[in-house]
Amino acid sequence: MENNFLKKEVSRRNVLKAGGIGMAGLFIGASGAGSLLSMTASADKKSTGTVSFYGKHQAGITTDTQNHLYFAALMLTTTDVADVKKLLKEWTESAASMAEGKLIGKPAENVLLPPDDTGEAAGLDASNLTMTFGVGPGFFEKLNLSSKKPKELAALPAFSFDALEEEWSGGDLCIQACADDPQVAFHAVRNLVRIARGKAQLKWTQAAFQRTKQANTESETPRNLFGFKDGTGNPDHTNNSLMNDLVWVNDGWMTGGTYMVVRRVQMFIEVWDRTAIGEQEATFGRYRDSGAPMSGKKEFDPVQIDKTDENGNKLMPADSHTALAHGDGKMKLLRRSYSYADGLDKKTGSFDAGLLFISFQKSVSNQFIPIQTRLANKDKLNEYTIHRGSAVFACLPGVKKGGWLGETLFR
Amino acid sequence: MMKKWMKVSTIVLAAVSLAACGNDEAAEPIEVDTALDLTSVTDEYRDYAIDEIDLFVTETEKFAEAVKAGDIELAKTLYAPARMHYERAEPIAEVFGDLDPKIDAREGDVPETEWGGYHRIEKGLWIDGTTKGYEEYAQQLIDDTKLLRAKVETVDVTPDLLITGAVDLLNEVSTSKVTGEEDRYSHTDLYDFVANVEGAEKIFILLEDELEKKDEALSAEINEKFQNVYTLLNKHKNGDDYKLYTELTDAEIKELSQSIDALAEPLSQLGIVTEAS
Repeated sequence: MENNFLKKEVSRRNVLKAGGIGMAGLFIGASGAGSLLSMTASADKKSTGTVSFYGKHQAGITTDTQNHLYFAALMLTTTDVADVKKLLKEWTESAASMAEGKLIGKPAENVLLPPDDTGEAAGLDASNLTMTFGVGPGFFEKLNLSSKKPKELAALPAFSFDALEEEWSGGDLCIQACADDPQVAFHAVRNLVRIARGKAQLKWTQAAFQRTKQANTESETPRNLFGFKDGTGNPDHTNNSLMNDLVWVNDGWMTGGTYMVVRRVQMFIEVWDRTAIGEQEATFGRYRDSGAPMSGKKEFDPVQIDKTDENGNKLMPADSHTALAHGDGKMKLLRRSYSYADGLDKKTGSFDAGLLFISFQKSVSNQFIPIQTRLANKDKLNEYTIHRGSAVFACLPGVKKGGWLGETLFR
Repeated sequence: MMKKWMKVSTIVLAAVSLAACGNDEAAEPIEVDTALDLTSVTDEYRDYAIDEIDLFVTETEKFAEAVKAGDIELAKTLYAPARMHYERAEPIAEVFGDLDPKIDAREGDVPETEWGGYHRIEKGLWIDGTTKGYEEYAQQLIDDTKLLRAKVETVDVTPDLLITGAVDLLNEVSTSKVTGEEDRYSHTDLYDFVANVEGAEKIFILLEDELEKKDEALSAEINEKFQNVYTLLNKHKNGDDYKLYTELTDAEIKELSQSIDALAEPLSQLGIVTEAS
């Protein structure tokens, strides 16, 4: 009856542990355990697809959209500024490392310690991973930094038909991880959340996707889950002067940063699927196949909301999504949305699927709010969608090598 | 909870062992604290665990005798406090892979015909509302706990049993107590929860002096996080009694769960006591 558990099956974890022991006393240096442990600290091979973490602006905003997104909103559990600065410095170091496709922390050496890096991205290409960090209104309140809180970072007003749920809303901090591989994106958020443990905890998360680059080698405008091209009218993110006009803040500690609005928009896809194509197109104000506005023939033809047919009827229905979003055409913002599919809505048995709408703008009050107010009041698309979640963040300015996230805020 | 995995490491002689990894960059092997002698710590922990198992035997006997005597109400009041002694000493108690399931298996963990122990009687008391037919389980439980007590003498308490045991106790909380799955009929999960935390804290206190030498900030952080957990638990305490799991709101459960995560993360770094400072 003695110690017969030795014969029991051992988990992989215990094999790893057992590999390091078996010799009495203290034991240093390379050993048979080396080969077992190597899998936890595999090579930092050069990745082909890398986006630099460092720069005047954070990556993941005007970066070409990657295939996958993992978004996390966190609540601060500390009110100690020193704790938060430490966290932001640790995040900086780890994010810079992961952006290069490297594991974080030190290689696993001591068999009595958990590895610094959780390991599931070991050996994987960096996959154009970007991690974009923001702070919400509560960040300033909890840390007693109200004097630093930007005016633009206010709670959004209630829009018509909003059905916001606490479980999909808010956050004192956010991490937007985008990558061309979903495991790489999740690994980034998982490790950053682990580092934050004891200082911040998850509030809500959302995994989301777009068609992959492999599936669409011509990089056409992606389609949303209603089957329509989404993003045709988006401003050109490679045009620096346009981005300076629309996206980047040039004021105080936020210089180089931007404001981010996140809305979790559930789509009633079952209802949509039984809607006639004519009605679908009138709802969007675009043709489904070509993506052209109903005032034109080709996808990138201009949206002309007042253009009429020979009988004097408007070509673009006034309550169509595109017409309302366009307005007078003077107000634009940079959208970077992804689709989500989260199993089923427990109440109805329908899909819980939709859009994680993400927009970046230098002014929430001048850009997002007027556009969303028009849409919320009149958009025909509202019959098929409902806004379940909402959050607004100040995306921190970019980080120079040797610097850290939020440095200008705490200076 | 019956452990699904046995700890191979706990019975091997090695006190501590460190190995360089196979990284291409050939990281410097970390330095081991060759002067480290944790004999007094392991001895003290051994005494603590044996004391807890002694109390477990005594209290289990009272509980089982109440079952045999058909005193349902008395048995119900003795159930959760008796189990706490086992839960505190779990790193030692569960070393015996044959006894742990006999004492602590939950329904479905083992074939129905082999299922006995605490949770079988728990189901009788709370679900069936009877002790009839449970007398044999009660007697077997007494026998098994006594056998456990005898076997505990043979356990070799190594530093790595302590170091991994501390965080394992909290992992038990995260995977079964905070979910209400441990005491699914009596809903007395918070007693087991508290006992696991106390068992982990005991190990931390024993290693605290050594840890302070190696990483003072880490030691302070662990201390603070233990206090956070106790502050939350005390909100659900009334005298010596804890609220039933079913009396907790979803928000309270989440808060407790998050406080364990916040504690277990730094506690998982306890192994640095073996490294040279």
